[in-house]
Amino acid sequence: MSNIASAFSTGKAFIPFITCGDPDLETTAAVVRAAVDNGASLVELGIPFSDPTAEGPVIQGANIRALTGGVTTDKVFDLVRDLRQDVTVPMVFMTYANVVFSYGAERFISTCRDIGIDGLILPDLPYEEKEEFLPLCREYGVDLISLIAPTSENRIAMIAKEAEGFIYLVSSLGVTGVRSEIKTDLESIVKVIRENTSVPCAIGFGISTPEQAAKMSSISDGAIVGSAIIKILEKYGKDAAPYVGEYVKSMVEAI
Amino acid sequence: MTNPNGRFGIHGGQYIPETLMNAVIELEEAYNKYKDDPEFQAELTELLNEYGGRPSRLYYAAKMTKDLGGAKIYLKREDLNHTGAHKVNNVLGQALLAKKMGKTRLIAETGAGQHGVATATAAALFGMECVVFMGEEDTKRQALNVYRMRLLGAEVIPVKSGTATLKDAVSEAMREWTSRISDTHYCLGSVMGPHPFPTIVRDFQAVISKEIKEQMLKKEGRLPDAVIACVGGGSNAIGTFYNFIEDKDVRLIGCEAAGRGIDTFETAATVNTGRVGIFHGMKSYFCQDEYGQIAPVYSISAGLDYPGVGPEHAYLHDIGRAEYVPVTDEEAVNAFEYLARTEGIIPAIESAHAVAYARKLAPTMDKDKIIVITISGRGDKDCAAIARYRGEDIHE
Repeated sequence: MSNIASAFSTGKAFIPFITCGDPDLETTAAVVRAAVDNGASLVELGIPFSDPTAEGPVIQGANIRALTGGVTTDKVFDLVRDLRQDVTVPMVFMTYANVVFSYGAERFISTCRDIGIDGLILPDLPYEEKEEFLPLCREYGVDLISLIAPTSENRIAMIAKEAEGFIYLVSSLGVTGVRSEIKTDLESIVKVIRENTSVPCAIGFGISTPEQAAKMSSISDGAIVGSAIIKILEKYGKDAAPYVGEYVKSMVEAI
Repeated sequence: MTNPNGRFGIHGGQYIPETLMNAVIELEEAYNKYKDDPEFQAELTELLNEYGGRPSRLYYAAKMTKDLGGAKIYLKREDLNHTGAHKVNNVLGQALLAKKMGKTRLIAETGAGQHGVATATAAALFGMECVVFMGEEDTKRQALNVYRMRLLGAEVIPVKSGTATLKDAVSEAMREWTSRISDTHYCLGSVMGPHPFPTIVRDFQAVISKEIKEQMLKKEGRLPDAVIACVGGGSNAIGTFYNFIEDKDVRLIGCEAAGRGIDTFETAATVNTGRVGIFHGMKSYFCQDEYGQIAPVYSISAGLDYPGVGPEHAYLHDIGRAEYVPVTDEEAVNAFEYLARTEGIIPAIESAHAVAYARKLAPTMDKDKIIVITISGRGDKDCAAIARYRGEDIHE
């Protein structure tokens, strides 16, 4: 069983997303610890990419701030080494295929294992292209996380059957970002997922309020929140950690 | 050349969000249904000929040939097409396909504005809604084309993210497509992006080399020794190359925008300076840093100012079938002025990159050799920017 399963073993999972190096890596480390101290079950760490095509304006902004600050893949690896001195919850990377490919896929994925990264989320690597990295992920014991979208329809069963770690269910059409309302019929998607796998399923994209998190985790195994946290970082910068902690606490209590 | 997964050697593929997968599968199925359908092809040919103005001329540039003193030079006049560039070949094909698929809205990216204008034109003709994404920097460089698109009824959205040029316009169009798929076709303008776009766009542009071949056989009774075209994403180049790929004696030469030079950071010469990566839905060559961050490329030409190249070009480079040469801003501007004065033809600054290389190549070849240069577009849109490059303060 993958380490990721432990995040879902004691109830619903709250999964915060944080772009590494926004505004600097010291702040990222403090924010991750604040989130974990307040009940985050799994942490999604974003390695910034120059052209994040699946992201809305908020996370695009975080990517630009991080890259402008000089963050690199190697510096993010160092951050994880530091975090792993005391952080025990599962951690996964969220980045784009080129960041992995360009670093050298084997070098990247073996480093993930060495530093304690449990999974990899690549929004531009659909089912048809997963062979690009899957053999290496299996070799090094890093779960390659599958995404399922509102438009997946006839593809849900196929993707779910081969899913590892957890399934990232995209709540809505479009890019990441806060939404006032999520209209997709997620229950019926989750039903098909359940029929095909026992791998847990967490919902992300557009979730910002405790009410939304409660609703999303009631129909799945957890809620993923990115843009709402990045907005706190945008507002408080280097002083964001306690505010993120407070926010995570409210979300964890809600689910 | 395309295998079922849309690969050209190691290049190509479908590196896109899951949200878009069914959309590209639907597109591939529709394309496979219509590409060999005689009715669809007859309708498209009628559109290309009667509306688009095809076939375009293959013009013998006698003065240029004499002046350069080497190979005979022919110009494939895609600049004479309706809307002023080769872009219309692809757009009429995709718009017709979108109509058959029941789509009512076209979205597109544009660099120089030629693809945006062509898409806006097709949308007007087919009665479709049209939204064009254009880097804010390019809306300034190509203000006339922004006006043309709006005149044709399209909404033009200036993209401010990243370098505010073509790559950011592509990213934004992809983001828009993920948010609205059911009624919207993404009319991609070059032989790039996820499968099946590189194949579809190539097939619609292959009319260029099909005509060159027929026209050349008629005029000269033989094939040319070299065909030359500019390469950004590479649609006019693949159109120019495609029907000659199996004719091994025909040199295929793509001219990349070197900007201020391939030894500087201000360049967009992807094959010459980039390395293999994954971006915008495809594996291909990209200008990028050691960590895979896409480089902020530069060229005077908004249409070639792109950090990647279509996957079939990457493959033709890998197997040594096509050559990709860098041409600087200065060489392109000189060629822009040269063709205007020598032949009375003002080429697009993109196409001027191909003219520039031909000026170097022709004198090294014997007089019984033949070169075809594809003039992919006309240069009216570039006059103000070139004047400014030369220090004249002209505003449109």
